[in-house]
Amino acid sequence: MSDLVITGARILGEAAADVLVRDGEIAQVSEQPGAIEIPVDAEVIDADGLALLPGFVDLHTHLREPGREDTETVASGSAAAAAGGFTAVLAMANTNPVTDTGEAAVHILELGRRAGLVEVQPVGAVTKGLRGEELAELGLMARSKAGVRVFSDDGRCIGDARVMRRALEYIRGFGGVISQHSQEPHLADGSACCHEGELSGRLGLPGWPSPAESSIIARDAMLAQHTGSRVHVAHVSTAEGVEVIRWAKARGIALTAEVTPHHLALDVSRVTGYDPTFKVNPPLRPQEDIMALREALADGTIDAVATDHAPHARHDKEHAFVDAAFGMLGLETAFSVVHDVMVRSGRMSLADLSTRMSSAPARIAGLTGHGRSVEVGAPANLVLVDTAAQVVVDKNASHSLSRNNPWHGSTFTGAVHTTVLRGRLTARDGRALVPEPAVGGGWAAEAQP
Amino acid sequence: MARHLLSAADLTRDEVLEILRTAASMHDVQRREVKKLPALRGRTVINLFFEDSTRTRSSFEIAGKWMSADTINITGKGSSASKGESLRDTVLTITAMAVDALVIRHSASGACHQVAEWVDASVINAGDGTHEHPTQALLDAYTMTQRLGDLEGRRVVIVGDLTHSRVFRSNVLLLKTLGADVTVVAPPTLMPSGAGPWSRQDGFALEQDLDDALFGGPPPDVVMMLRVQRERMSGGYFPTAREYTVGYGLTRPRLDRLRAANDDVLVMHPGPMNRGLEISAEAADSLNSVILDQVSAGVAVRMAVLYHLLVGTDGGSIEEGSA
Repeated sequence: MSDLVITGARILGEAAADVLVRDGEIAQVSEQPGAIEIPVDAEVIDADGLALLPGFVDLHTHLREPGREDTETVASGSAAAAAGGFTAVLAMANTNPVTDTGEAAVHILELGRRAGLVEVQPVGAVTKGLRGEELAELGLMARSKAGVRVFSDDGRCIGDARVMRRALEYIRGFGGVISQHSQEPHLADGSACCHEGELSGRLGLPGWPSPAESSIIARDAMLAQHTGSRVHVAHVSTAEGVEVIRWAKARGIALTAEVTPHHLALDVSRVTGYDPTFKVNPPLRPQEDIMALREALADGTIDAVATDHAPHARHDKEHAFVDAAFGMLGLETAFSVVHDVMVRSGRMSLADLSTRMSSAPARIAGLTGHGRSVEVGAPANLVLVDTAAQVVVDKNASHSLSRNNPWHGSTFTGAVHTTVLRGRLTARDGRALVPEPAVGGGWAAEAQP
Repeated sequence: MARHLLSAADLTRDEVLEILRTAASMHDVQRREVKKLPALRGRTVINLFFEDSTRTRSSFEIAGKWMSADTINITGKGSSASKGESLRDTVLTITAMAVDALVIRHSASGACHQVAEWVDASVINAGDGTHEHPTQALLDAYTMTQRLGDLEGRRVVIVGDLTHSRVFRSNVLLLKTLGADVTVVAPPTLMPSGAGPWSRQDGFALEQDLDDALFGGPPPDVVMMLRVQRERMSGGYFPTAREYTVGYGLTRPRLDRLRAANDDVLVMHPGPMNRGLEISAEAADSLNSVILDQVSAGVAVRMAVLYHLLVGTDGGSIEEGSA
């Protein structure tokens, strides 16, 4: 692999520097222009005007393989991730079959390595088949080559407090964490499909009330305190959920939380026309919740941004609203949305964004090679972003095999320019650089436009 | 008039009054020996019912036939999702057969709105989940105006399971358009979420106590009782049928008290009734009851709706048929 030199990039959006990458690591960083001698065969990126950040880490991605390769594969999802500036993604366990054994976890890991665009770290199921009853092989997943540390039944809440308690006790021994889909199943009927409030009342749609989220966060916080184990709140969506997280952190409980770009930017009014593109779980909430989420992300109460990238086939979305699939795409647009909503608006700095999208999620997931400062000796997992560029989202330009994109036609300021995984370019100008030949088990070819 | 009838809120006051006027002339036709009008000759109307219905489906079918439309009924139970076909594929398959109007009943709220985005035909909402049932509200308004004339300032009390009622949602919207003074009554567990801000915005009153609603102010002109499904008890919405009746039923003593205050009070119910639960037999069969008038108005109102959506107001005389 030839050397890579990035010149004139503002590190974390601050001082400009030149960076030499050799053998997948950062070999030299200099704020003195021209101080780095450019090797003859080096690839040089003129990053004048761009900001250099550690590559993004997504704690919450659905890659759909195995089981629904028509909607996403590890290869196509990896391409979308690389295009979005990610160097690591955590692949949720709700595939078919479910990732609830060591073998299944290793399979995902290997699919990711074959695709070669992003580090794909499997999330293990907490319970067998995500049924919420018996523990999955947590220890075997942890001991496997995949080294699973994040466990989740995402899509379903672990409603049974006894199961949650045992799982927390069990994973404490190997430093695991449970990412909980916090949603008390008994507080809504089975067909709940949006936020419970005035709009759901008018539309005649069954909804989830906010306490379905906050009550589980509160319960899990107490269980985390009792067991001395770690709980991560997946996709927090309500102001009262944030309030409970703030309280738990103040008590020193080992609780972390993530928020999605869509919960930071899209409100419940989007479901007025019953467009299932906007059907997502947890649901889009009112403006007051959005403002609380933004504030909590800015002040660090919410540790990380995670996409909950959830590809679906068009025909699984073209049912009546209550019958349509939950979820929306997010990998390719995450930076642009978060930059626009949080940084451009002055709520936080680019360095804060970097913390929420790289170092904090890497720390939560135990991924030591990601989210590191741009300094000599760190693995070269990097992203260059253009904070002035305007992006108009075109769902048909996506690397994802699915098109359930809620941002289609929206304009954002801030774009991913180049992504670097262990010293190798994986995306440029919003397009993934898919390795030749297609090595994704036959599926990689489909990830190309 | 718009191409579709999806919500009672789609109609302006003038459009409602126009439909009600047309319905009145259709009602006259119903009393003739030969009931057929040529207005929709050559038009195809499909009644696409994804959910069981007897009165609404037969009412739309008769309405189409008396207007000389070719009317076809397609029924299918359960969601298309459970059969593996998307709703979009189901309706596109049907509208591929050159259909002018799709009358849709679906168990899912919003299904008709979604279909209207996908097809060229006129879509008429014949009841979507717990959302709306605009032709029911029109026939209710028709029934009320036949007896009361202009509804401006008239007091209407709607009682029952509001959370799950599409009749309530369409009525509250249409009656607002017509200027009626509406109070809705339900136990707190069957009051829709966000009803407070909604009612303030749309100008209707909420009441948890039926007797306060009926007897706390000027006597009502109309009391509309909504069906309460017995399975709501297992959902924990109320403890027993008996307790519901005591709190929210139009019982004989309540009827007597109502009549004492206003002898001409109208008792309405969209059917099917649970006699003895939300409405007593005495109330259902009293001289004040216009429940069968509602059913009879159904055909005339649906004829009027089909006429206005498919022919429009400038399509020539109804008796002579469309251009």
